[in-house]
Amino acid sequence: MSRRHTPGRSKGVNGWLLSTPALILLLLAASGPLIIVAIYSVLEKGDYSGVRWILSGEGWFRVLFEKDIFDQTISLADANLSIFWRSFKLSIATTVITFAFGLPTAWFIATRPAKSRAFWLFLITIPFWTNLLIRTFAIMEVIRNQGILNTFLMHSGLISEPIQILYTDTAVLIGMTYVYLPLMVLPLYAAIDRFDFRLIEAGYDLYASRWQVLRGVILPIIKPGIIAGSILVFIPSLGAYVTPRVLGGGKNMMIGNFIELQFGQGQNWPLGAALSTVLLLVVLVSLLVYTRASSRDNPNG
Amino acid sequence: MNPQRGICSLNTDIAVDARNVGKIYGAGAGAVTALGDVSIAIEKGEFFTLLGPSGCGKTTLLRCIAGFETPTTGTIHLSGRDITYDPPYQRPVNTVFQSYALFPHLTVAQNVGFGLKMQGTSAANVANAVERVLALVKLEAFADRLPQQLSGGQQQRVALARALAPEPEVLLLDEPLSALDLKLRKEMQSELKRLQTETGITFIFVTHDQEEALTMSNRIGVMSAGALLQVGTPHDIYESPVNRFVADFIGETNFLEGEVEAGQVRIGTGDLLGVDLDGQTGAVTLAIRPEQVSVTAADAQISGKIAEATYLGTDTHYTIGLSDGSHLVARVQSNSAAAFSVGDTVGVAIDAKAVQVLKS
Repeated sequence: MSRRHTPGRSKGVNGWLLSTPALILLLLAASGPLIIVAIYSVLEKGDYSGVRWILSGEGWFRVLFEKDIFDQTISLADANLSIFWRSFKLSIATTVITFAFGLPTAWFIATRPAKSRAFWLFLITIPFWTNLLIRTFAIMEVIRNQGILNTFLMHSGLISEPIQILYTDTAVLIGMTYVYLPLMVLPLYAAIDRFDFRLIEAGYDLYASRWQVLRGVILPIIKPGIIAGSILVFIPSLGAYVTPRVLGGGKNMMIGNFIELQFGQGQNWPLGAALSTVLLLVVLVSLLVYTRASSRDNPNG
Repeated sequence: MNPQRGICSLNTDIAVDARNVGKIYGAGAGAVTALGDVSIAIEKGEFFTLLGPSGCGKTTLLRCIAGFETPTTGTIHLSGRDITYDPPYQRPVNTVFQSYALFPHLTVAQNVGFGLKMQGTSAANVANAVERVLALVKLEAFADRLPQQLSGGQQQRVALARALAPEPEVLLLDEPLSALDLKLRKEMQSELKRLQTETGITFIFVTHDQEEALTMSNRIGVMSAGALLQVGTPHDIYESPVNRFVADFIGETNFLEGEVEAGQVRIGTGDLLGVDLDGQTGAVTLAIRPEQVSVTAADAQISGKIAEATYLGTDTHYTIGLSDGSHLVARVQSNSAAAFSVGDTVGVAIDAKAVQVLKS
């Protein structure tokens, strides 16, 4: 009877009850680890690993600065800064290159007859079902000094000495571009699939050249797909671990490897936790800036 | 030069001159001929309509003029210049698309100014032109809206304004009114006519609606199966169709089969009709408009029985069964004579001078 009197409230209570599993999952699985990381970043490092439960700013301090062991002078941690810069640079480059390759690819798929599109999309997604490590080693096999690429170039007489690609930033870039290309192609495909191709004719009819149609009509309309693809590529690139580890050869570290180092050999968990938090903040800020910037040139604004 | 006063006062210059234009899709056994061998000269300042059922090639011809298709054979000249192989963006020709194809990411003003901007017109001049053209289509108040915030009729006007803004030599309209409801369509018909008169731009209008074609055009080209059957003023096309297809497609028509006999035509009922034969002999088809058939209670030339009577307000349609089993539709004014009912035996008189004789 009471149910009939207060249908609204009981429905609301039921709604909350039904969503408790989801809420618990969100709290434990999403926020829990984050909270642990945030707490560890302000504790003192343990003797070998782990943390001591004493409040300390050392972890955060070491993100940007280093203290000389002998005279205790404080200076900027150049090594850390160069790692941040490399991560950022490589991630941006990966995003740009995947876009350059992804746009024609997505366009090609979206303009195939409806029947064969599924096939092309299947080809794009196949690498997803292969282990990342195996794919990365496959790339290694292609670009190493005695690998497929160099062997081919030397046999064809174009070069006399193998080109050193492996263990350079270029290798990391090639690897990340390969790994994250599907993440760019799929959202672009979704956007192009919704695109009204008659608008291209309208553009041509109104004196726009091919380039002007691309810039003034196609790109602005598929912008949501470009944004989605860029975010999906940029964020995992920034935190990439396996690819720079295998193809960059330990010298050319990215933030992901640097963080791993702190939890492993470096035995500095608070610094690792602080770096993780920095990475998270950088991602959040980039996301914010990017979505702001791309919604600002809204014609209504 | 006063383009709206019928063809007599039209500028004699030719705007679009299509010569032997053909378009074949595909090759070999699977080839489809969309356009046979069409030659047409459209005069400057003319409101020209390409009329025909869907799939007759009228849109293909329009797309060849716009530059979206390259003809397989023949040439297209614009004001004397060969444009057959020019890309669309190099032709001073604009199109109003059936789907409107407005740019969804641009405001009404930006849509309208798009063509001018692409032509490199200065921002100030674009703004002036946009204002002027929007006033022409009465959409000044909507300049900052996005296309999806407008009604279908308003979108139609934007599409029109966008195509008119660069002041093209020829405006192509691909069934632009087909998505509108009847009332709006009527409004837009007179609106289009007004715009054409005011701007003096040559309009080439594609439609499958014969009424639209008759009310708006200076001249009409009737097409069927990739061929141009007849070109003429609405009056010519309606009053003297060249063949059965044109007669049937434009307005309602009765067809009676007959045989020429001593300068007259003997129809199936055995009656002789003194029509204007124009030198034709043998088997012929008579095309008779319903309004050229009158129905009387008294005996007349031909007698028949009312098979169906449809009251349509001012007019009444009678379907009359003739003695040989053929039917004639007559349209008479409802208030003119006593109404007949189904089963009545009536006399049928045909205005012989108005009858068209077509080759069977």
